[in-house]
Amino acid sequence: MTLRRSALRALAELAVIAMLLIFLVPFGMVVINSAKASKDILFDTLALPSDWRQLLVNVGLIFSNPSVHYANAFLDSFVVTALSLGIIVLFSSMCAWALVRSRAAWATILFFAFVAAMVIPFQVLMFPLVRWMRVLGDFIHVRLLQSIPGIVFAYLGFGCPLSIFIFHGFIKNIPYELEESATIDGCSEARLFFAIVFPLLQPIIITVLILNGIWIWNDYLLPLLMLGSNGAVQTIPIAVTAFAGAYLKQWDLILTSTLIAMLPIILLYLFAQRYIIKGMIEGAIK
Amino acid sequence: MKRHSLTKFLFVLPCVFAFVMVILIPFFYGLYFSLTDWNGVSPTINFIGLAHFQRIFTQPGFLYSFLITAGFTVINVALVNIVGFALALIVTSNLRFRNLYRAGFFTPYLIGGIVLGYIWQFIFNNSLPALGKVLALQGLQTSFLSRPDSVIWAMSAVNTWQYAGYIMLIFIAAIQAVPSSVMEAARVDGAGYFRRVFRILIPMMANAFTISLFLTLTTSFKQYDMNFTLTRGGPATRFLDQPVKASQLLAMNIFDTAQANYMAEAQAKAVVLFVALVIVSLIQVSMNKRKEVEL
Repeated sequence: MTLRRSALRALAELAVIAMLLIFLVPFGMVVINSAKASKDILFDTLALPSDWRQLLVNVGLIFSNPSVHYANAFLDSFVVTALSLGIIVLFSSMCAWALVRSRAAWATILFFAFVAAMVIPFQVLMFPLVRWMRVLGDFIHVRLLQSIPGIVFAYLGFGCPLSIFIFHGFIKNIPYELEESATIDGCSEARLFFAIVFPLLQPIIITVLILNGIWIWNDYLLPLLMLGSNGAVQTIPIAVTAFAGAYLKQWDLILTSTLIAMLPIILLYLFAQRYIIKGMIEGAIK
Repeated sequence: MKRHSLTKFLFVLPCVFAFVMVILIPFFYGLYFSLTDWNGVSPTINFIGLAHFQRIFTQPGFLYSFLITAGFTVINVALVNIVGFALALIVTSNLRFRNLYRAGFFTPYLIGGIVLGYIWQFIFNNSLPALGKVLALQGLQTSFLSRPDSVIWAMSAVNTWQYAGYIMLIFIAAIQAVPSSVMEAARVDGAGYFRRVFRILIPMMANAFTISLFLTLTTSFKQYDMNFTLTRGGPATRFLDQPVKASQLLAMNIFDTAQANYMAEAQAKAVVLFVALVIVSLIQVSMNKRKEVEL
């Protein structure tokens, strides 16, 4: 390697480290200020905290808050995200497979309907959706608003177009001969899918889980509209805004609440980072 | 392959049912509402035709939101893609810790708009002014969020911070799909680095740009969460001699209209957002697709 090339390389390395620092500084700001009392934040924002034990005090204040039930919000967010991901993966992969392996015209029309729906912004659906869910819920005597089954059902509807699209692209490249030989052996279509096709989808399932998981876990407007800002069921983004709304400019509490909200994702990311990055890159080419 | 099968019908049923209930019916229900006097309170709803559409285009607040949303989108499409592409170039070169860098740049995307809006509100209102005092820089001491002329740029910086890592991953996938022999051959032929990037790499990954431009365009146009927790639409400014909110993007204008119980008017604005989004993304995708074919 010539001197010029190695100098360039060192320069690139320095530039990328500087970039990375800029990207990560906001997280550092949250961590150091979550460990300060309110007056210390205003007095000196940039300094390291004098006593890290203040972090535990702040966390305690948040979990013991009488008006925002943070622990419940965690549990609800977890249940809503897990259930939604489960049914999105199951039903979208089933649907995508049926669409790929069907030559009928309806399959093509349906696929294009799903793809076209991806341009519809949530804003044009949100108000009529709430009204329609109330009407529908009253009609079938199932509570769809302020209920976990209701919002999970909505997430299936909003999540399936993109998921079907991603599965569709992947299944198209699975050789049909594999399934053909199973059919000749007398395997039913349902068994064929669950025993042979579904296990093959594993890499793309990870992509679908990550994309939908990031979206559902952080989603704000749908839970706000379907669960309400102070209903019995609350997700974390709702709890964080409720907290920030109640304790205006009390940055010790607001920043600690954002830190707690981020922690589960950051921890998961630290452990599964390799798979997440790989899944996202693979999903991008599809 | 059997032409008609009950199993396949049953397999598509759950998704189709959810799709019809959650997207299709609310969509047409919403188109109808935009032509009525629905206010969310009164039980009777009357058909009033296109009245809302005529009215909203004379509202300075709505026109202003529409214009700054367009501006915000243009800034972000440029910034997110340039930063994302530069990052992708760097982390696909043979650096020692490239996997660490990739993971680091992607991290902001994991944090939702609500949470990172608060984080950046703190940074703009507290951390940067404090830094300005330490460095004796006058420009940093008043928050970028409190000035009508800088608030859109501040939001764009946050938006770029959030999405650049995600777009970077799309570009990484595309760069890795370009055979290294092509780039190597050009190098041997004496093409410099930037020439190779602009003349070979970018044209060969044109489809990745179709996707990334579409994604950044649509997400910027629909931006709400970060806008809500970072600025709540503030500060106040004037447009066409009327007071307006300097950073109230279209999605927030729609939501605030609905919260004031002008449900049908909010719905009409949402329909305008939808139509604008369809037109702009159709133009973008068809222009990009033409570039892809030219290869």
